This record gives sequence, structure tokens and C-alpha cells, in this order.
Amino acid sequence: MAVIEIEGLAKDFTLHHQGGAVIPVMAGARLSVEAGECVALTGASGAGKSTLMRMVYGNYLARAGRIGVCGVDVAQASPRDILALRRDRLGYVSQFLRVVPRVPTLEVVAEPLLAVGEDRDAALARARDLLSRLNLPEALWGLSPTTFSGGEQQRVNIARGFAHPYPAVLLDEPTASLDPANRDVVLTLIEEAKARGAAILGIFHDAEARARVCDHEVDVGAFTPRTAA
Amino acid sequence: MSDGKSLQGFSQGLCKGLGRPGPLLSVEGVTKRYGARIGCAEVSFDLWPGEVMGIVGESGSGKTTLLRCLSGHLSPDEGRVLYDIDGQPTDTLTLTEAERRRLMRTDWAFVHQNPRDGLRMGVSAGGNVGERLMGTGARHYGRIRAAALDWLDRVEIAADRIDDRPSAFSGGMQQRLQIARNLVTGPRLVFMDEPTGGLDVSVQARLLDLLRGLVREMGLSAVIVTHDLAVVRLLADRLMVMQGGHVVEQGLTDQVLDDPQHAYTQLLVSSVLQA
Repeated sequence: MAVIEIEGLAKDFTLHHQGGAVIPVMAGARLSVEAGECVALTGASGAGKSTLMRMVYGNYLARAGRIGVCGVDVAQASPRDILALRRDRLGYVSQFLRVVPRVPTLEVVAEPLLAVGEDRDAALARARDLLSRLNLPEALWGLSPTTFSGGEQQRVNIARGFAHPYPAVLLDEPTASLDPANRDVVLTLIEEAKARGAAILGIFHDAEARARVCDHEVDVGAFTPRTAA
Repeated sequence: MSDGKSLQGFSQGLCKGLGRPGPLLSVEGVTKRYGARIGCAEVSFDLWPGEVMGIVGESGSGKTTLLRCLSGHLSPDEGRVLYDIDGQPTDTLTLTEAERRRLMRTDWAFVHQNPRDGLRMGVSAGGNVGERLMGTGARHYGRIRAAALDWLDRVEIAADRIDDRPSAFSGGMQQRLQIARNLVTGPRLVFMDEPTGGLDVSVQARLLDLLRGLVREMGLSAVIVTHDLAVVRLLADRLMVMQGGHVVEQGLTDQVLDDPQHAYTQLLVSSVLQA
């Protein structure tokens, strides 16, 4: 069975303060990602790529359908089961870094490992390894990433997302603001994750990156509801 | 663990990778009225070990009344508050006064918005921390002072301030001292009422960092009442939104904040000023 399996997924937004308008944004979405596979979501801006990813992570609610991730139906699961899924099986590299101010970068990256009960020294060693592979200057490791540049924050986010070997990983534009050398490191990390059997679902505007790491593409535009236009 | 059934349940818990026996706190239909006015109505939820529940809502929404009902400071008119004592869900409202006091001194902690409500202002910092330990039966002066020093260090208060009174401390330091006083007995459940309210933003960040670290290291469960959505986003796993005494929405914290379903939650989220 696929690691990520989506069927009949639908999503509306109800805007209570704008006349109760109901905006259908997705219907009949389906896709699957096997272990060791990377699938890219494609489609025009506004087609719902990020909305679909957020639903897989449990960040947006689904109106209908099934979102199987490592045997858990995220569309139906209790918050507690989704928290457990996120802790040990489902990773997410978002475009934005959201952290408690003042926490040093090394701790931010090691946190997912500490959360699954990894030994502190081993977790910090893994964090150092990832940060040095991503060429983040060692002088920055003891500082909070809140003041870093966009590209530096993105590398911290990526290191954090790859620290624990999740069986399923969601990537939102992981190479967006990186220079060629770091872009190559990130693509190598994705290849390594695939080689260990991770199922990866991602949004990549970078066509070359997509060609290098993705096994197939799913056009999210096909799931746009046909409503009274 | 003598009978096969509990062993089986235990191993099933482990297979799910979580090993959690049951909820730490079960709240069932808690209702509190002030005359004809509703304080909070029909609130139910389970809190599991290691989980942090945030409660948000504007002033008068009933969040503080609910917190006081949960923590034994107020008696609800209806409903039950079950707490896991030695593996037995126990109705905290039927405990004797002595049993409840013991719970509040050891296994539970309450962090007030105003540190003056949670500290003894005429007693030294070390005394404030040591006093709670003595309440659990500790008598050895050297060990109590060592524990107090350890906790002052953990909340980043310099050791040479141990004999100063909290009235000589800044607001942020007082709040950290209140946290040290509460956590020194190793409680399993902490109630917090606007723990970062009234503090400067930089001091808030420091406190958030401290609380997050303590929650993880000690495996604490917590119920945090606040009106600050940024605080719950960083601290709470789950969120309840209250309006007029009722819970209008609850779920994963990031889901409730990013995809709010109820009209009131949408208003609350869209009213936050962007810094």
C-alpha cells in the first residue's frame, strides 16, 4: 500500500464575515505516493497546491475524502493522532520558519529528534552534520534563526525537516531561495531520503530540480471544482 | 501488570509508539453559572500526558472561570473533572479538602498572571521555592536550598539573588520565580492563566522558550489560558476557542488558527495586527 494515498478529497472555505460565502477550492482530488518515490504537485498559482499539502499535514480541514498517511486517515483522525503522526512519521518543510524567539539554531534543528526521544548528543551531532552540509556558517549555529536572511532560514528549515528520518515528507518549494551549491545539497538530501524509502510529496517551481528528483507529477488544476463560473 | 489484559493493553500502547495508558485529565460537561449568567457551559475535553491545551477567547468568554473550575479553585454547578491518580480516574470534586490540598501542593501547579498572586512577597526567592518543597515533607535544609538553587538556575535567576525578596525583582523575574516555585515539586499538570500577560515582548519570548523546554524535559501537561494567539501557536498542541461561556471550536492549534471554521474564530484570527 502507498505511504500517502488520497481519494475523493474536497475542500471549501466558508467566509462568515463576507456574507457567508462558500468557496469550493478542490473536489475529487486523488493521488498516491509509494515508499521511495517523489511526486510533484504542479498547476498554476492558485490551483491549490499548497492547500492540498496543508490538508495532508492536517493544517487545513477536508470537507470530504480520505487522506491516508502511514495508515492514519488525516481527514478523520483526532488531533492527538495527528500530533503523533507528525512527531514520528510525517515531516513538513514549509516555506516559512516559525520558531520560539531566542532558541539557538542548533536546538531548532535537533528538536524533532529530541521529540522522538533521541539521545541529546546524537540529536545535536545530527543537527551539526546537516547544518554543515547545508553550508550554514558555524558562527550562526548558536544564534536564533529569527534574524537570519531568507536563504539561511530556509536552510535551517530544511535541516530541521530532514533531521529525523520520517517515512513521509512534505516539501513546499525547498529550493526556492537557494544558490546553486545549496540547491544541489538539498536535492541530494531528497535523493538520500528516497533511497532510504521515504515517500515525498512536494511543490517545486524549479523545473530542473523537479526533473532530477521527481518520479511523476500530479496536476492539481484537474481537481479545481467546476462551479457556476 | 499481573493480569494478561493490562499487559496486552500496555503492549498495544507501545506498538503505537506512544505507550500512553489514558488521559491525565478528563473534563465532562463542566458548567458554572453566576446567578442567571453563564460562566462556562458544557465544556468537555481530554488532556493526555505531555499535551498542552490552549484556551483562547476575549475577556468575559469564560476561559478563566473554566480554568478555575478545572484547578479546584471553583466548584462547577454541573459536570465532572476526572484526574488520573495512581492510574485511577478520580473525580476531583469528591476529594476531601485535605486530599485536594495535597494534589495542589504536589502534582498540580497554578501559574497566575500576576506573580504577586502566586508568590509570597515577604519571603526570599529561595524561601519561595523551598516552601513548596517543604509542603511535600522535605525537611533537610541543605537539600532544600540546593533544590532552590538548581531551580533558580533553570529559570535563569542568578544564584546571588537567592536571599532577595521577589519585591526587588523585575516583572519577568518574578514570573520566572513563580514558575520555579510551582515546578520544584515535579508536578504532572500545570494550569496557567495568561502566563506572559503584562510582560515586555522580549521577556515573553524568554519565558516561552523556558516553558517549552520544561514541558518537553519534564513531560508536563498544561492548560494555558491566554488571549495571545502567538503564544498558543508556539506553546499549545491543541486549542479551544471560547465565546460567551461556550467552546465554539476546538482542534489542532495550527489548524484552528490557519483554517478557522467558526465565525467567531475567523474574526479573532483576522483581527490580529501583523507586526
